[in-house]
Amino acid sequence: MKNIAVKNIADNFPALRQTVNGHTLVYLDSAATSMRPESVLRAVDNFYRRDGANPHRGMYDMAQRATDAYDGARVTAARFVGADAEETVFVRNASEGLNLIALCYAPLVLGRGDNIVLPITEHHSNLVPWQILARRHGAELRYMYVDPRTGVLPDSELDAKIDGRTKIVAFTHVSNVLGTRLPVEKFVAAAKAVGAITVLDCAQSVPHFGVDLHKLGVDFAAFSGHKMYAPMGIGVMYGRRELLEAMPPFLYGGDMIEDVREQDTDFLPPPSKFEAGTQNAGGAVGLAAAVEYITSVGWEAIEGNERKLMKKLTEGLSSLKNVSLVGNSGADVGRYGVASFNVAGVHPHDAATILNDYGVAVRAGKHCAHPLLARLDAEFGACCRASLGIYSTEADVDRLLETLPLVRRRMNLGD
Amino acid sequence: MAIDSVYTELITEHSRDKRNRRRVEGATCSHRGVNPSCGDELTLELRVENGIIEDAAFTGAGCAISQASASMMSDLLRGKSVEEAGRLCEKFIGMIKGSVTDEAELEELDEAAALRGVSKMPARVKCAVLPWHTYLAAIET
Ligand SMILES: [Zn+2]
Repeated sequence: MKNIAVKNIADNFPALRQTVNGHTLVYLDSAATSMRPESVLRAVDNFYRRDGANPHRGMYDMAQRATDAYDGARVTAARFVGADAEETVFVRNASEGLNLIALCYAPLVLGRGDNIVLPITEHHSNLVPWQILARRHGAELRYMYVDPRTGVLPDSELDAKIDGRTKIVAFTHVSNVLGTRLPVEKFVAAAKAVGAITVLDCAQSVPHFGVDLHKLGVDFAAFSGHKMYAPMGIGVMYGRRELLEAMPPFLYGGDMIEDVREQDTDFLPPPSKFEAGTQNAGGAVGLAAAVEYITSVGWEAIEGNERKLMKKLTEGLSSLKNVSLVGNSGADVGRYGVASFNVAGVHPHDAATILNDYGVAVRAGKHCAHPLLARLDAEFGACCRASLGIYSTEADVDRLLETLPLVRRRMNLGD
Repeated sequence: MAIDSVYTELITEHSRDKRNRRRVEGATCSHRGVNPSCGDELTLELRVENGIIEDAAFTGAGCAISQASASMMSDLLRGKSVEEAGRLCEKFIGMIKGSVTDEAELEELDEAAALRGVSKMPARVKCAVLPWHTYLAAIET
């Protein structure tokens, strides 16, 4: 596939070409979900037009093509994150992957008095499953807290929270609120030292930089396709082979069975063991096409563009009167695709409504991270979030920065 | 534009007004309402004596629409009977959902009628109706 120049990338995304309230859309909510390029839309469409038989089930050509497409998508997805296909389970999204890990693996190791350790930065999908599991097994749920002002997690929190009774350390790669990268290597080392397993939520990192799960050495990981330019309803759960083998299935049904007798059943080995019933094969094909799209643009171009835009965005937000970055140390903490902010005296919902009036789409609220928002210095305990994608441009950032000063005026607060 | 009819002086002032943002002394009833998707939350407190709402006020945090709505509702419900207040809540919710549009009918909502522009802002309907739903839930329990 040939390289596509960064300045033309937005042209590949039909959804970005639309007018909102008389203004060209500026889409700054890719951390919630990213748009999909033509190549992904076409891949899904072609799959259903040509190959839409049930994978792994038919002896005829069409079923074979569907099987090849589905299995091929798994190989592509696995290679994308430095994993093997046998360790790569298709799920609906990161949430389902994390639930699978919590419900199928955690009970094998968790006992009364043990603990699970998480940074406070977690999205609800990497927090609530652990909360439920901890309660069910009489285990303790411990949080590693970030500095409320800077959003940075001090090393001392790892030392204080991870101990001999820690069985699971779960963490996000990139915070969906702060955009900061969590110290995954340190979490892995600390967990290994006490024999705990590690769970990585890489939903917010895989769209922004290359992730190598084998190199990171995590035991489990999960991400969604829809945040990396693939359709909604497809994602990946990764687990180290021996852990997947030790786990019971998640759901029971077709396509995960080796043999069934009247009173007992043999299951297929992973990953099939965790994929009961007809899967979202079109979604998997779309995910593979998204990987190919990202690969064709290349990480160097993606990261270069995002680094430049993040600098412009964070500097621009910091310099605006009555706008404050959430979790801002003043120093460059390194943000990956996400910057959260507030307009003084204006609730984020109102700010987002007014920005939308000028065609600028940002997310507002608590971003499925209530425990984090409760600890950050954010007016109203909530914030606006601008997030970038592969297609974001300087013009998008400019539009946000130009529009923000109008927000307080529209709220009759002066400048 | 719908949003110009919503972010008016009257509404933004109500959203920042402190008069109704307080605890109610001798409250006979208190109820918490939350919009899980956007995080607006408020606790409505009422002092009801002989079926009459002697005082109504709220505490909590949320967007200008939810807060102004709560403030206007507190003003409107004070002095009304519990049943009359319930009827006004139904009417307000009807206005926001677009089923009550007659100007004359909306008059009895007093200042709260100024929020009718929210009926054209589907993403914010929940914000406007939260306090009123909270009242209805409060009197049910
Ligand atoms: Zn609201």
